[in-house]
Amino acid sequence: MADPSYPDDLRYHAEHDWARIDGESATFGITWYAQDALGEVVFFDPPAVGTAVSKDEPYAEVESVKAVSDVISPLSGEIVEVNEALAETPEAINEDPYGGGWLVRVRLSDPAELDDLLDADAYQATLAG
Amino acid sequence: MADPAAAPVSKRTPLHDRHVAARAKLVDFAGWEMPVQYPSGIRGEHLAVREHAGVFDVSHMGEIETLGADAGPFLQHMLSNDVDAIGRGAAQYSVLCRHDGGVLDDLFTYRLGAERLLTVTNASNHSRDIAWLREHAAAGSWDVELRDALEDYAMLAVQGPAARSLLEPLGAGAPLPARMRCAEIALQGIDVLACGTGYTGEDGLELLVAPAQAPALWDAVVAAGATPAGLAARDTLRLEACFHLYGNDLMESRGPIEAGLGWCCKEQTGFVGAEAVAAVRERGPRERLVAFAIEGPGIARQGNPVVGGGEVTSGSLSPSLGIGIGMAYVPAERAAEGTALQIDVRGRLRDAVIRARPLYRRSER
Repeated sequence: MADPSYPDDLRYHAEHDWARIDGESATFGITWYAQDALGEVVFFDPPAVGTAVSKDEPYAEVESVKAVSDVISPLSGEIVEVNEALAETPEAINEDPYGGGWLVRVRLSDPAELDDLLDADAYQATLAG
Repeated sequence: MADPAAAPVSKRTPLHDRHVAARAKLVDFAGWEMPVQYPSGIRGEHLAVREHAGVFDVSHMGEIETLGADAGPFLQHMLSNDVDAIGRGAAQYSVLCRHDGGVLDDLFTYRLGAERLLTVTNASNHSRDIAWLREHAAAGSWDVELRDALEDYAMLAVQGPAARSLLEPLGAGAPLPARMRCAEIALQGIDVLACGTGYTGEDGLELLVAPAQAPALWDAVVAAGATPAGLAARDTLRLEACFHLYGNDLMESRGPIEAGLGWCCKEQTGFVGAEAVAAVRERGPRERLVAFAIEGPGIARQGNPVVGGGEVTSGSLSPSLGIGIGMAYVPAERAAEGTALQIDVRGRLRDAVIRARPLYRRSER
């Protein structure tokens, strides 16, 4: 597994999720800390395209050998794409959590919610405790 | 996502420094801070045990020494199996029951001498076991001393097809005990009680050692080629082998017959709970513990309901088989091998089929 990293170009939710904002849509995933805490991911159960997701609410499950965990949506919107490759290679969530391990793409419904998210430094500060 | 990491401060084994140095992920387990996995990961550790050898720190396991003229007869009265049949240097599995047959613990007992037996307990049950045994010893005026030996021993489990060949050079020619036997030997010059038992479905030994010498023994075993493995791999290994985990598959509210442990219950010995166990055996249990495999994607987990009655008590991905596996209590009339089950996995029905135990066999390698 790669070393800890929290890229500066992402926004973070305290429940260990990230969002990469691209205009009116965003890509979501789980952070290095989250994948490390879960251990080896063996199964990602994605929502269907078209599903509405709400900020702070679970929208999918990631499952490791030892546990299953909800994935919390960092922002509200509608799923427009899911990472189909994870069906065959869920370990990408561990190996490349900010790249090949992305989970879904979402069309955002409330850009004002962005203000609630953390930058990389603020998110890492929450992990120090 | 919800934070799966656990944090509390708890007891440490003598090998704690070794786990920290190896960058193990430590979690609280039954009041002990234990390595759940090392950086190589659960799957790697699991397969190392299946294909070569792994070493587990299981120092959280408890030990009780039963001493005195009535040591054997007393344990015969308390444990479900035929304790009289344990010869010197032999091991035996049994359960400890309540009067109503509910399971208090599952245990290995080793006879170290005519009047000296050692019983290994589950960490979560150790204090309760001792209290239960002492209560009965006092009530029955047995000539027996029950010594809490938890602080006397650290415990390493060396498991896997290469476990013996890897330990033999450390023993300076001393023979290792066969399966279900134990012997006091020296490994790397360290006195150990070596036991031919384990919890992985592989051959191997469990080594009881004085805590101060545990780190040196650990280092020698790792240097000889055993992969450090954590509690998570221990759990997936035991589940493939269909060994029960107390608190998951065994509990006070169910008896040994329901759990498929009738083979280690000898009711004619009159052990505490024997009448209740015999009654269930006679009329047949209402439910039985079965092993299952999920067909298709998904992994059932402890607590998932079985459609039509019953519940999953252990569930995981099987690293050896690559599918979801588990054990569940189901109504006895639907417990036959090959029966199709549906399991409610967090609101989604997953198809499963009851399989023969164990789910993984060494000979499949």
